[in-house]
Amino acid sequence: MSHAAAATSTIPGSKAAVVTRGLRVTRGKVPVLRGLDFSIPTGRITGLLGPSGSGKTTLMRAIVGVQRLSSGSVEVLGLPAGHPTLRHQVGYVTQSPSVYPDLTVEANVRYFGAMHSKGRAEVAEAIAAVGLEAQARQKTADLSGGQLSRVSLACALVAHPTLLVLDEPTVGLDPVLRADLWERFRSMAESGTTLLVSSHVMEEASHCGSLLLLREGLLLAQLTPQELSQRGHSADLERAFLLIIQNAEDGSAGSPGTVPPQAGQVPESHSTPESHQTPESTVRS
Amino acid sequence: MNLLMMLATTRRVLDQLRHDHRSVALILVVPALLLTAVYFLFENETLPPGVPRTFDRVGLMMLAIFPFVVMFLVTSITMLRERTSGTLERLLTTPIHKADLLFGYGLAFSIMAALQSLVATAVAYWIFGLDIKGSPWLVVLIAVINAVLGVALGLFCSAFARTEFQAVQFMPVVVVPQILLCGLFVARDRMNEVLEAVSNVLPLTFSVDALQEIAANADATGQLWQDAVVMLVIVLGVLVLASLTLRRRTA
Repeated sequence: MSHAAAATSTIPGSKAAVVTRGLRVTRGKVPVLRGLDFSIPTGRITGLLGPSGSGKTTLMRAIVGVQRLSSGSVEVLGLPAGHPTLRHQVGYVTQSPSVYPDLTVEANVRYFGAMHSKGRAEVAEAIAAVGLEAQARQKTADLSGGQLSRVSLACALVAHPTLLVLDEPTVGLDPVLRADLWERFRSMAESGTTLLVSSHVMEEASHCGSLLLLREGLLLAQLTPQELSQRGHSADLERAFLLIIQNAEDGSAGSPGTVPPQAGQVPESHSTPESHQTPESTVRS
Repeated sequence: MNLLMMLATTRRVLDQLRHDHRSVALILVVPALLLTAVYFLFENETLPPGVPRTFDRVGLMMLAIFPFVVMFLVTSITMLRERTSGTLERLLTTPIHKADLLFGYGLAFSIMAALQSLVATAVAYWIFGLDIKGSPWLVVLIAVINAVLGVALGLFCSAFARTEFQAVQFMPVVVVPQILLCGLFVARDRMNEVLEAVSNVLPLTFSVDALQEIAANADATGQLWQDAVVMLVIVLGVLVLASLTLRRRTA
């Protein structure tokens, strides 16, 4: 797999918050992560991008320390992932909101805050941060899907983590809210928090300082959004990503049936009208 | 072990229950209603003088069995939800200790069980004139220990169920044999050797024995305390087993 480690750009001048070495995870008999070596810079937003099934969630679980590894290592803030000390420093927001639907928004945030000895002020602050002040006393089950995932986010924000791992945090949010959240992530990063944000929507990549492109359990590239559009010969990050995937497939011998790519052009089989929305629908293998 | 995290968990579990008025009503009222049914079942029995009413024997045991059954069900479903909704995995990424979580649950449901057995014991004692020599407070105490036993077994069994449907199916496996063999239907010394041997190691047996001690003696006996201690040891053992089913790292 020659393309795996190709063109890994490292960001100089910042200490790594996460370092993986030869990270492999096998679930059942299926290899999910097939040897990942990369580092995530401190105090930045790193985007973890790739089609669904590429191993994004498994990688995030490995970083948070809840995933059993087959081989390799994950080091987080200088400690092995899952180390008890890290439980005070790492926040994790799962893709489906993991909160108590039968509690109020406030009670949910208060409970998770209690695990980090956070009081009333921090709870109010976290609820305000996700714009749910008006719903604070409502039962979580009565909220909309987008509000629900914001409650889940607030439950992580309340702890003021050093490293915040977010699995598809913007799914189901309207554009205004999405912009708000990215603004918040940016200000968190400016104040020193490291964020790892997964998404399968490539347009979100532009908000990130650094990108990890994952495909079929392999790291396709680590680069900045600017580098992505350069290497993909397109300002449209979605198209750029598709082209990089296409090039990677041509580079590896074992992918019969791929059409030779034409620069900047989405391959034929991917040109259904919906396909430009998410790479999920186009590059799933 | 961190007291604040444990108490936060207790508060959270009670908070969840508080929003569920129907469950609270069922927990508090149903045992008292069933006890009423038991009373009227034996209302017209004719007894030779000096023989205690069946209600005094069966009703008393029911006071211990209700909290056990109810708390087993409530806990196994609640914990299963916690496992399947992702909140458990999330909690285990925080500094909370497994013991804080388990004892937090235990304390919350013990409080509910205490309320439940207060209602049921009060009904049995004041309305139906339950005739026991010992203090009704001791009955409540045994009922609460039973409830904690139900909580511990529920926490443990929830690890082996993938769905709520499966979780409910554990009741016939875990709860019913204990009810059959605890001495409610047939006195334990009249069971065959195999059943008696099984009965000897089932936790509910000890609580029925304890209740019989309370019924027969005005003051708390050594046997009563011994039964209570054995039950608490079993509860702790099951809680330790339950904590082994909480894994921070999964495949």
